[in-house]
Formats: sequence, C-alpha cells, structure tokens
Amino acid sequence: MSDMTETAGPVLAADGTPLKRSLARALRQQKLRALFLIAPLLLFILISFILPVVDMLYRSVQNGIVSKTLPNTVVALADWDATTGELPEEAVYAALAVDLKAAAEQKIHTKVGTRLNYENPGMSSLFRKTGRKAKKFDLETGGPWKETLIDINKGWGEHDNWRTLQTYSPPITSGYFLNAVDMRVGTDGPEMRPEDEQIYMKLLGRTLWMSMAITSCCILLAYPVAWLLANLPARKANLLMILVLLPFWTSLLVRTSAWKILLQQQGVINDILVYIGLVADDSRLVIINNQFGTITAMTHILLPFMILPMYSVMQTINPSYLRAAKSLGATDWTAFWRVYFPQTVPGIGAGSILVFILAIGYYITPALVGGTKGTFISNQIAFHISTSLNWGLASALGAILLAVVLVLYWAYDKIVGIDNVKLG
Amino acid sequence: MKLTKLAAFAATTALCAPAAIAEEMANEMTLVSWGGAYQSSQIKAYVEPYLEMHPEVKVTWDESSAEAVAKLRAMNEAGNVTWDLVDVVASDSMRLCDEGLAVEIDPAADLAAAPDGTSAEDDFGDLLVSECFVPQIVYSTTFGYRTDLVGDTAPTSVCDVFDLAAYPGKRALQKRPIDNMEWALFCDGVAKEDIYDTLGTDEGVSKALAKLDTIKDQVVWWTAGAETPQLLADGEVVMGSTFNGRLFSAIAEQNQPIGMLWDMQSFDLDGWIVPEGLPADRKARVMDFLKFATDTQRLADQAKFISYGPARASSAPLVGKHAELGIDMAPHMPTDPANATNVHIYDYEWWADNRDDLNAKFEAWLAK
Repeated sequence: MSDMTETAGPVLAADGTPLKRSLARALRQQKLRALFLIAPLLLFILISFILPVVDMLYRSVQNGIVSKTLPNTVVALADWDATTGELPEEAVYAALAVDLKAAAEQKIHTKVGTRLNYENPGMSSLFRKTGRKAKKFDLETGGPWKETLIDINKGWGEHDNWRTLQTYSPPITSGYFLNAVDMRVGTDGPEMRPEDEQIYMKLLGRTLWMSMAITSCCILLAYPVAWLLANLPARKANLLMILVLLPFWTSLLVRTSAWKILLQQQGVINDILVYIGLVADDSRLVIINNQFGTITAMTHILLPFMILPMYSVMQTINPSYLRAAKSLGATDWTAFWRVYFPQTVPGIGAGSILVFILAIGYYITPALVGGTKGTFISNQIAFHISTSLNWGLASALGAILLAVVLVLYWAYDKIVGIDNVKLG
Repeated sequence: MKLTKLAAFAATTALCAPAAIAEEMANEMTLVSWGGAYQSSQIKAYVEPYLEMHPEVKVTWDESSAEAVAKLRAMNEAGNVTWDLVDVVASDSMRLCDEGLAVEIDPAADLAAAPDGTSAEDDFGDLLVSECFVPQIVYSTTFGYRTDLVGDTAPTSVCDVFDLAAYPGKRALQKRPIDNMEWALFCDGVAKEDIYDTLGTDEGVSKALAKLDTIKDQVVWWTAGAETPQLLADGEVVMGSTFNGRLFSAIAEQNQPIGMLWDMQSFDLDGWIVPEGLPADRKARVMDFLKFATDTQRLADQAKFISYGPARASSAPLVGKHAELGIDMAPHMPTDPANATNVHIYDYEWWADNRDDLNAKFEAWLAK
C-alpha cells in the first residue's frame, strides 16, 4: 500500500489540491481564528502592560535631555580632555551661552540642572541661577563668555561640573544602572561608590532573603490549614474557608495598621506578656519597626495566596492512596512523607511562586512596620518615583528586580519544573 | 455677496473671540490638598465663601499633595492635566517650577493687594521663595513630648532629644535628612549660622550622622505627619517631631497629655501652585479663585481653624480666636514671638542642591 502512494505522487484532497497544502490551509485558518479570538486581550495587555513596562525600562538608560537642551555645548565639549585638569576653552563657554539663552527662554534649563544634580550636587542651582541671567545675554556683543559665566556663578569655573556635563552628554547612559548597583562613573571608568553611599545591593539582598523567609513561614503555616480545609466535612470546611478569605476582603492598610497596634511596645501583645508576667514592664519586646515586624505582617497578608493553591491541589488527592499505603504496612509518617506529601508539591510550588513574587515587590507593609532594617528595595523604588523624582534610577532598580525575578523563575523551572506547578 | 458676508462674519468672530474666551471661566475646579484638618481649614476659610459667591462652580478635592510632584509630572507627560490648583510645600514648588510643571505667578497682577494698599509682593515679602509659588501658611516642624513621661523637668531645648540619660525612651523623627541633620549639628555645638556650611562638607555630614547615631536605636522613623501624635498618644515614644498643627490638635482638641517644645522649630511654607498646560477657561477660573483665596482676610480666616501662621504680614493682626474652641490662636502660632525665640530657618536653595546627595547618604546610614 505504502509503495503505491509513493509512486502515485502526493496525496490529493477531495478537491484535487495536495493534502499537505490543504491541511496547512485548514490549520492556518484555525490559528487565525484563535488569534482573532484572543486579539482583544492581547491588545489590552500590549497597550496597558507591556508598552508601559518597556517605556519605563527605557528610562533607565535614556539621557537625551542633556544633548537636546545643550546641543552646541555637547558638540563643543566633545574634544575637551577632562584628564588634563584644565577648564574648557572659550569656544565651549560661548556655545554654552548660546544654549543657555535658548533654554532659559523656553524655561527648560532647570530640567537639565535637575538631571545633572542627581550625579553632582550643586548643578541644580548652578543652572537655575545662571538661567535667570542667561535670558538677557547679548550673543552678538557679549563676552568673553568664559569670564562672564564664571562671574555669574563660580560653578562654571569648577572642573568637576564640566566633567559631569561631559560624562552625561551622550543620549544613552549607563549612569542609572551603575548607581543602582552602588557604582558611579569615576575619572577612569566605573568605580564603587564610597562606602557611606552604598545601599542598593544590600537592600536587594535583604529583599531576597526576607521574601524567602516570608515564603517559608507561609508554607509552614499554610500546609496544616490547607490540609484541614481539604479534609474537614463540607460545613466546617466552608466556615474555615471564609476565615481564610476574610483578610482578602479587608483593606491592606487596615490589616497592616492592625499589626502596628498588636506589635508595638505599648501594644496588645506586649501588654498581655507584661500582664501574665512573662516580660518585665521596662523591657518590653521590640517586635515592630524591624525585620520581625515585616516578616510577621507580610506572612499574614500573603498567607491566603499560599493556602488556596495548596488546598485546591490537596482536594484532588484521593484519600484511598493513604489508606492503601497504611494497609500495606506504612507508618503514619511514612504514608504522609512518601505518598501524600509528594502529591502536594505542585501546590507548594504554585503557592511559593505566588507569595515570593508578590513579596519581592511589596512596599506598603514594609514601609509601615519595617522601620529601617525591615524595608525592601521596592521602598527605594517608590521613594525615587514619588519623592526624589529620579525616575531613571527607579526604573534601573526596577529592571534589576525584574531580571532577578526572571532568573529565579528560570532556576525554579530548571530545579522543580514549571509544568509541576498546579493551581488545582 | 454671500461670501463677503461670511468673511465679515468670520472677521468679527475672530476679533471678538479672544475677548470672549478670556471672560469665559470653567465651572469646575479640582483642588489638591493634604486632607485632614488642614484641608478642612481651607474649605471653611475660603472654598465655601467662594462657592457662596459663585454658586455655579463645582469643586472636587483630591488628597494627593504628598505625591503631587510625581503625579503632576506623569500628567504632564501624558498631556492630560486634571488638576487646577495644587497645595504643595515650598521645596516642592521649587522643583515643580524647575521642571516647568507650574505656571509663574506675577504677584502684582495675579494676587490681591493688602487692604492698606501694600502690594502683594511686599505683603508676602521673603516668603515668595519661588516664581511659581503663592504661600498660604507658615508652619513648623517641631517637637512634642509626653508631659507625664518626661519626669519633673520638662525638656526645654531641642538638644534634650539627643539626651538619652535625662529623657530615656523612644523618639519619633521624620524619615528624611532635612531638619534632623541640622538639629544634630546644632546639638553637636555647631553655631546656627554655620550649619549649612558644615553640612556642605563630608566631615560635616559624618558629624551629623554620628550625632544621630547616639540615639539611632531609640528612634521611630515616621513618614506621615499623623504618626507622631498617635505614637505620643499611645505612649510609644516620649517625644517626637511633627508639624505644629498636628500637635495643636492633639493638645487642644483631643486633650492629650502632650507639651510643645518650640526650641529650634523649623519654619516651612505651604502654598498653591497652578499647573502648567491648563486650558484658558480653567486657568481663568483658577486664577480668579487664587486671587480671592490668598487675600488678607481669607488667610487670616484660615488661622481660625488651624494653628498655622498666615503667610501675609497684613493678615497677622486679624488672627483671632479658634472658630470652634474659642481659644486665642495667637499663642499657638509658630510665628508668635514667645514661640519663635530660637528658630531654625530652612535653606531651600541649599537643600534643592544637596537633597539627592544627602538622601543617598542618609538612607545608607539608616540601612546600616
């Protein structure tokens, strides 16, 4: 039979076209239909999630503002050799005068000042103060500009300011990323920041280990609860389920504030401990505004995300497996450890990924109960977004956090296998 | 014929249009403020009176002043500014002005003169710290202490905050270098006029942080102004810094056992900015409101509801009694001579330059 088809050329469909092509067309149609069906969601995710994320990530290297605001200066400064230790020539100052006059008229000179001030304190007022006079510059008859500018603000006579301006003139910068890993652009390439300014790597490490600690606490606490939920009679299990879900329906801020009231030194827990005599009144426990506070409050807040996947996995485990193991002579422990537990691993995996990834990006709870030792890197990101306005640094930190999560996800896939994760 | 008529019509409308648009005022306004007692003092002192004069206007409030700069920047980038008037502290107004996110204000044209004819510029005086800023109130960041937890001798100097032997217990400080660094240097023996020169050097920063190190274990760091009064009320801290109005309401309105420590109080300003990029009709409305809301009487009225000093010199004599409690407000003002014997003047320009750098050092120190 097979010989016959081979000799008869390609297999033909009913309408005479080769079957292969016909099949491909049918499949393509199916794929198009599927694409059409998911198109609204795809578009939505693209516009409301992926594009903003990409835009935010782009800010971590974007530095067009310097060359856009001071185009002539940037060109003139390109030939200047900062290592000689001498100030730029008159031509550079003249170019700066032209640029500053134009920028001050459009009121954009202070933006450059703010940008450069992130790298070198003092640049902000240098541009603000010079800008006020720059509007009145007479480019035809004024000058020599070197003297005029240094006269207006002695900052223009400082080598360091010019070096900063030159270093940050390219439209793409690695400055934000270097800053995010506690480094900076020094006279000869990247160098570590002085010790009293290093913070982000320490915070990243702290965020990772504390998130792992929170995930572990969640596993330990959620496992028995999920087991109860899966094995109690329906009525009791439902009641328990409501208790698990209740925190979900309470505002995050309310729950965090409740922890404040419980944990503070004049709080409920300390009051009880003092009352029953476990702790002396003058040595009340410090269990808030430190890492303990963050771990406790966040474990409580994230617990449902661990219980629910575990519960849905445990529910599908057939109780007869345990009975079979026992009837074959296994002890309670062996039956649990060798038969029951392995079947719950997908639930633990799913819960752990959920809790860990949520924990690593948390910032409200650590800010409220973490004090100084229990805050996360996301608190710094929030700080740079809303207070210091250094969005470039914030997005560099965000990009690093995103990369860390992806690496951990990849590692998890290699070690446990992402197919092994089940939500039910 | 038809064409000429049309052209004539077009020409007249074109001529009349600018005048007509300038008169046109939007009937909706979104005001941004801090919420709480402060916002309600604004509502009672000038928003409600303004609405009585203009019943067609509708006001919406947004309590976002704490993150106003970031949000305004985001709105500006998106090209959709939904706020009309924003209440910010002076340092934020400088940044908004620098970033081109706020409109420059001309005091002569945009603000009302004092009743005696003094120009707005002279009436506000030095408090016009930025071209875009219309100050409303002078407030101060200062210390309050629990009268029942400090023993027989109440603290009288800001340096008592650093004195753990005389006043053991926790202290609440704001989680930022501003004010704390200055107080630390002052209590480390640096003369008041040399504080910023000292802080400008690396040794000065180390010196300030070393002084703060002596109490670091005992500090609860706050970020919202309401935290310190709460911590004091709970007995969680024995003393703490916060805005003087918050302490006033804890003491006078809630009768908490709290005392004021005015020594080295740090003066700061709060006021309005108008966002850049408003359509003409909305801007016309907001400028109309702004002129009314910052005149001499309105600013004096505000002090009936909250213990912050009016920013106009001409308002000070008009400050009277608290509208609900009936107590004399003058002794509770940060600007009252008895309270202002030793004042710390916060240097905006210096902090605008150094805040990023010092923040990095301060945060690194905190995380140590």
